[in-house]
Amino acid sequence: MARRTLRHIFFTPLIRENPVTLQILGICSALAVTTSLDTALTMSVALTTVLVLSAAIISLIRRHIPVSIRLIVQILIVASLVIVIDQVLQAYFFDISQRLSVFVSLITTNCLVLGRAESFARHNPVLPSVVDAAGNGLGYSLILVVIGTLRELFGKGTLMGVPVLRTVEDGGWFTPLSLMLLAPSAFFLLGLLVWAIRATLSEQAEPLAHTPPDRREAAE
Amino acid sequence: MADLNPISLWKRFLALPNDNRGKTIAVAILVAALCSLFVTGATVVLRPIQQANRAAETQLRLEALIDAIPGMEAMLEADDGATLSTVVVDLETGMAARDVTPDTLDAALQDPANYANLDDNQDIAGIDTRPRYVQIYILRRDDRVETAIFPMIGSGYNGPIEAMVALTGDMNTIAGMTVTRQSETPGLGARIEEPGWQAGFQGTQVRDPAGTMKFAVARGPAVSPYEVDGITGASRTGRGVTQMVRFWLGPDGYGPVIDAIRRREF
Repeated sequence: MARRTLRHIFFTPLIRENPVTLQILGICSALAVTTSLDTALTMSVALTTVLVLSAAIISLIRRHIPVSIRLIVQILIVASLVIVIDQVLQAYFFDISQRLSVFVSLITTNCLVLGRAESFARHNPVLPSVVDAAGNGLGYSLILVVIGTLRELFGKGTLMGVPVLRTVEDGGWFTPLSLMLLAPSAFFLLGLLVWAIRATLSEQAEPLAHTPPDRREAAE
Repeated sequence: MADLNPISLWKRFLALPNDNRGKTIAVAILVAALCSLFVTGATVVLRPIQQANRAAETQLRLEALIDAIPGMEAMLEADDGATLSTVVVDLETGMAARDVTPDTLDAALQDPANYANLDDNQDIAGIDTRPRYVQIYILRRDDRVETAIFPMIGSGYNGPIEAMVALTGDMNTIAGMTVTRQSETPGLGARIEEPGWQAGFQGTQVRDPAGTMKFAVARGPAVSPYEVDGITGASRTGRGVTQMVRFWLGPDGYGPVIDAIRRREF
């Protein structure tokens, strides 16, 4: 396999191999924190930071991680970074950290972070690992920001808390869709997004798991 | 001849094969030690800022609680002798503390001697120890206590719950309640933070006319004047709140203070 260029490593995970829409990784937090744009952005920054730092550290010591305890070592590094990020948020962004509640600490168990550590950072030098982590983090962030924007705009008529569409309550014309603030709407939006991406990039579509039988079985 | 130069020792250690048992253990210990140093360092450096944030938050919640009690704001604004004062009470005597003021409270609470250990029968709220001095808020009008606000702490499903409960002058009717800190499950137990649920506390009675503690978070909708609605899927959190309120308004909590207020000693 030819060595992939850094450019390629960085841009592929943004859309073509986006961790959320192609691999459906990390959607727990993608659903939970996207009710408004500011929480989605904070979560994106937190996850990207953890991803990049953990990739750098793991890649740095990759030749000396014993295979038998590699997952524990990786999780330990990820968990420490997550705790520190959480503490920083609590200190400097208290209000947002209250609204993100447990989801920052749950970055530890986000498949995305461990997935990149295990499949990429463990086998590659520091620079490509960091670039790959940044690409994946930004790919995740892109989806979060898109969903967060749609949900906040249509659910509350605001963006980053600033009114954009004047709601009926304030004398405007827009009736907020309260469904957008509930978890199912994130599923719908993510599903539509995956559909749109796979319709455009048809090589992402998965083969059918079963071929339907030619004719229906006789009903009993 | 043993080579004791640390640099060459380190190099030899790194050169060991990765499946070497000694190296595996050493790597595990090293990574664990470095990570714990990192986490501890961050926690210690950031703690003062976090505490300041939390104190500001508690103050905000207190103000919100006062605003939420019907008629409270009007009472404070209608300049007729109504004043809100902060009092440090001594839970052992049930009186205002003699030598501890709100300013010296933090220092007093650093001293382990100012905590009472609770035995299993007393400790219904699951908090192990109870401070001797607590700061409460009293709203007075014409020398009568109109409302008193009591901070409390209990244990929920995931961790401690801190709250403030306001009682009206009869010391038996809840005027309002707010949660200042909790770590319950988002969407289930964490709904104790919702003003809609907290509004259910207003008008709830704590004891029946015979003086028996009856307050409870119901399992489902409240069916008696002593209950508030339960939250579906959060029965352990609800139980935690019940026990917390029962403990703190009971004889081992603010009981002596409440009795003193009833005797008009405040």
